[in-house]
Amino acid sequence: MSLVKQLRTKPWLPVTDQGGEQRVIPQGEKRVALRFFLLMVTVFFSLFLVTFLSRSQYPDFQALAGQPWQPLTDRSQLWFNSAMLLCASIFLEMSKSRVRQQRLNHSVFWLALALLMSIQFLFAQVSIWQQLNQLGFYSAANPANSFYYLLTGLHGLHLLGGMVVIAAALLHVARHADAQAFETSVSLCATYWHYLLGLWLLLFALLSSSAETFRTIAVICGYG
Amino acid sequence: MKHIAIADQVDESHDPQTFISKYVWSQDHKVIAIQYGITAIFVGLVALVLSALMRLQLGFPETFDFINPHNYLQFVTMHGMIMVIYLLTALLLGGFGNYLIPLMIGARDMVFPYLNMLSYWTYLLSVIVLLSSFFVPGGPTGAGWTLYPPQAILPGTPGYDWGIILMLASLAIFIVAFTMGGLNYVTTVLQARTKGMTLMRMPLTIWGIFTATILGLFAFPALLVSAIMMLLDKTIGTSFFMPAIISLGEQSSYGGGSPILFQHLFWFFGHPEVYIVALPAFGMVSDVLATHARKNIFGYRMMVWAIVAIGGLSFIVWAHHMYVSGMNPAFGFFFATTTLIIAVPTALKVYNWVLTLWRGNIHLTVPMLFAIGFIFTFTHGGLTGLFLGNVVIDLPLSDTYFVVAHFHMVMGVSPIMVLFAAIYHWYPLITGRMLNDTLGKFHFWMTFVGTYSIYLPMHYLGFLGVPRRYFATGDTGFIPESASTLNAGITVSAIIVGVVQLVFVINLIYSLRYGKKAEKNPWQSCGLEWQTLDIPPKHGNWGNQLPVVHRWAYDYSVPNTVEDFIPQNQPDDEQHHSVDSEEK
Repeated sequence: MSLVKQLRTKPWLPVTDQGGEQRVIPQGEKRVALRFFLLMVTVFFSLFLVTFLSRSQYPDFQALAGQPWQPLTDRSQLWFNSAMLLCASIFLEMSKSRVRQQRLNHSVFWLALALLMSIQFLFAQVSIWQQLNQLGFYSAANPANSFYYLLTGLHGLHLLGGMVVIAAALLHVARHADAQAFETSVSLCATYWHYLLGLWLLLFALLSSSAETFRTIAVICGYG
Repeated sequence: MKHIAIADQVDESHDPQTFISKYVWSQDHKVIAIQYGITAIFVGLVALVLSALMRLQLGFPETFDFINPHNYLQFVTMHGMIMVIYLLTALLLGGFGNYLIPLMIGARDMVFPYLNMLSYWTYLLSVIVLLSSFFVPGGPTGAGWTLYPPQAILPGTPGYDWGIILMLASLAIFIVAFTMGGLNYVTTVLQARTKGMTLMRMPLTIWGIFTATILGLFAFPALLVSAIMMLLDKTIGTSFFMPAIISLGEQSSYGGGSPILFQHLFWFFGHPEVYIVALPAFGMVSDVLATHARKNIFGYRMMVWAIVAIGGLSFIVWAHHMYVSGMNPAFGFFFATTTLIIAVPTALKVYNWVLTLWRGNIHLTVPMLFAIGFIFTFTHGGLTGLFLGNVVIDLPLSDTYFVVAHFHMVMGVSPIMVLFAAIYHWYPLITGRMLNDTLGKFHFWMTFVGTYSIYLPMHYLGFLGVPRRYFATGDTGFIPESASTLNAGITVSAIIVGVVQLVFVINLIYSLRYGKKAEKNPWQSCGLEWQTLDIPPKHGNWGNQLPVVHRWAYDYSVPNTVEDFIPQNQPDDEQHHSVDSEEK
C-alpha cells in the first residue's frame, strides 16, 4: 500500500474496509538505517557547503585555484586521488557481484582490495595536506584553506568509519564464514562508498574552483 | 532467520544472565530507557538548582555574596542548555522513545539493540563532559545557551577558554549519541511493527516520537556543523565565524568571519529542536487524554497530519529568532508568515484535545490533571508566540522577560507537564507499582499554580522592558520599583515549585518499594503496551507469540460493547462474541 494511501486510511472503521492485517514490512532494517544515515550526512555536508559558498563571498576569501601560483590550479593529484576512490568503489561492486554468485573467497579478495585502495586514498589526501602546509597554505591563514582542510578531513573521517565496517566484516567472515551477513555488509558498504565517491567529486569541484566560479555560483544561488 | 525484534519465538539463551548484562551493559530497550530517564532527571535537577540560584540573585540582589556576574552567566547558560538538550530531548526520546516504541508497535526490542546501548553510554559521556566543565579553570561557559560568537570564545565571557571547548565537545558527543538512538527509533518504527500495526493504527505517541526523531536527525547536523567550526575558531584560530575584532585593547588574529552565519546555523537546529521536544509531548498527551477521558481521540487523522505538517514547517521558521540580528527585512516578512502558518496545525491539535475532553467520561486522575494543565500552559505559551512571531511586536520585546516567559511556558512548563503526566501514567507499567495519588495531586496543584505565579508576572516585566540575562538592573530609570517586588515574588514561587519537585522524586522512590501493586492495565487502556503478559514486561516483551493488532489505539466507549475499551490486540469477533453472551 502506498504511503499516501496508508495515511488516508480511517483506522476507526472496521478492518474489512482496509485490508491492513498483513505484516507491514519484511526485513531490511540495515538498509533503511543506512538511507536515513546518508540523508543525515547529506544535510551535514549541505550545511557546510552553504556556509562555504556564503563565506566565499567575503573579501578576505582567496580561492585555492585559478591563478598559476595557486596550489590547486594543477589538479592532477586530486584527479589521481579521485581515481583511487573510484577504484575502491568499483572493487566493492566486484565484491558484491561475487558474493551474490556464492564465490565467497573472490568476494573477500575484492573487498580487501577496496579497503587497501581506500587506505591509499586517505594517505594521498594527507600528502596533499602536507604539500599545502609546505607551500604556506596553513589552515587558519585563509578561509579557503580552512574549508579545504575541514571538508576533506570530514570526508576522510566518514571514509574511515566505513573502513572500520569493512574491517569488521572481513573479520566476521574469517571467523564465522557467514555468507549472508557478509553479503549484507558488502552491499551496504558499496552503497556507502558510491555515496562518498559522489560527495568527494562534489567537494573536489568546489574546493578547486577559481574565484570566478565562486562568483558565478554565488550569483546563481542569490548571494551575489 | 527473523530479526530478534520481530521473531515469534524468543531464544532465551539470549536473555541477559548476569547483573552487569541485565542492568549495566544492558541491550534491553526498557533498561536503556530507565538509564536514560534516571540520567536525564539527575542532570535536570542540577539545572533546577542553577535556576534557583539565578532566581535568588534576581529576587534579592546584593544579598548572596557567592553569586557574582561571572557565575550568574554560567548558571544561565548551563541551565538553558541542560534543560533543552540533556533533559528534555534525552528524556522524551531516549527515555520514553526507548521504552514505548517497541511496546506500542508490538516488537520485542529495538532493531539494533547494541547500537541502542552504545547510544546511552555515549549520552552519559556527553553529560560527564558537560558537567566536568564546572571543575576546569574558568568554569563552564557563560555565553548564553545560544553560544553566539564572537563573545562566546573571547576573553571577558566566563568560561571562554575550557568551558566553551567542553560545551562544544559535549554537544558533538551528544549528537553522536542521538544519531545512534535516532536511527534505531526510526528504523524500528518502519521495520518492526507487528502484524496489523499499520501506520495509521499507531498511537499518536509513536507518531510524535517518530516525527521528532526525523526532525532531530536532520536538525542536529546544523548544531554539529556550527560546533565544529566554532571549535576550530577557538582552538586553531580559523575565522569561520570570527570577524576582525579588538579584544582587551588588542587586535585579535581573527578576521572576515560572519557571526550571523553562526546564528543561522544555530537556529536552523534551534527551532526544529522546539518541536523535537514538543511533538513527542503532543503525542503522549493525546494518549493520556483519550485514556482518562474514556473517549477516542478527536480527529486522529488530522492529528497525524498536523504532526507531520508541524515537523515540515519547523524547518522554515528559524529566522524568527533573528529579527534583531540585522538581516534583510524581507526575510523578516517571510519568516513571520511561515511562523504564523505553523500556528494553524498547532491550533488544530489544541482544538482536538479540547474536543476529546468534550462529553468524555473524564477521570481526574493525576496524569489527567497534568494533561489538562498542559492544554492551559501550551495555549498560553502559544498565544504569546503569536506576538513574538510578528516582526514589529518582536522588536521592542526582544531580549526582555516577555521572551523568557513565552519560551518557558511553551517549551519548559508544557513539555514538563506532559512528562509528569507520562510518568504518572506509565509508572505502573515500568515498575509494577502505582505512584501515591495524594502526593501526586499535591505535586500537580503546586506545580501548576506555582509555574503560573512564576511566568505570568514575567510577561509584565517584559512589557516594562526588563532585559533578560542581566545580573542586576540596579537603578535603571525606566524600570519601576514594583519590578523588584515582582521579582522577589517570582523567586519565592520558583523556590517553592523547585522544592515541590522533591515531593515528586520522593514519590518516585517511595512508590518503587511501598507503592500499591499495579494490577494489569490499571487505566484500562486500549494501548498495546499494556497488553503484555507481565507488568512490568519481561525481556522480549511478548512471551512466545508476538501480538496481532486488530484496531487502532482509541476504541474507548464503543457502543454495544461490554467494557468501555477494546484493546488493540482483541479481534473483532471476540468482542462481538462477548456482547452476544452478555445479551443471552
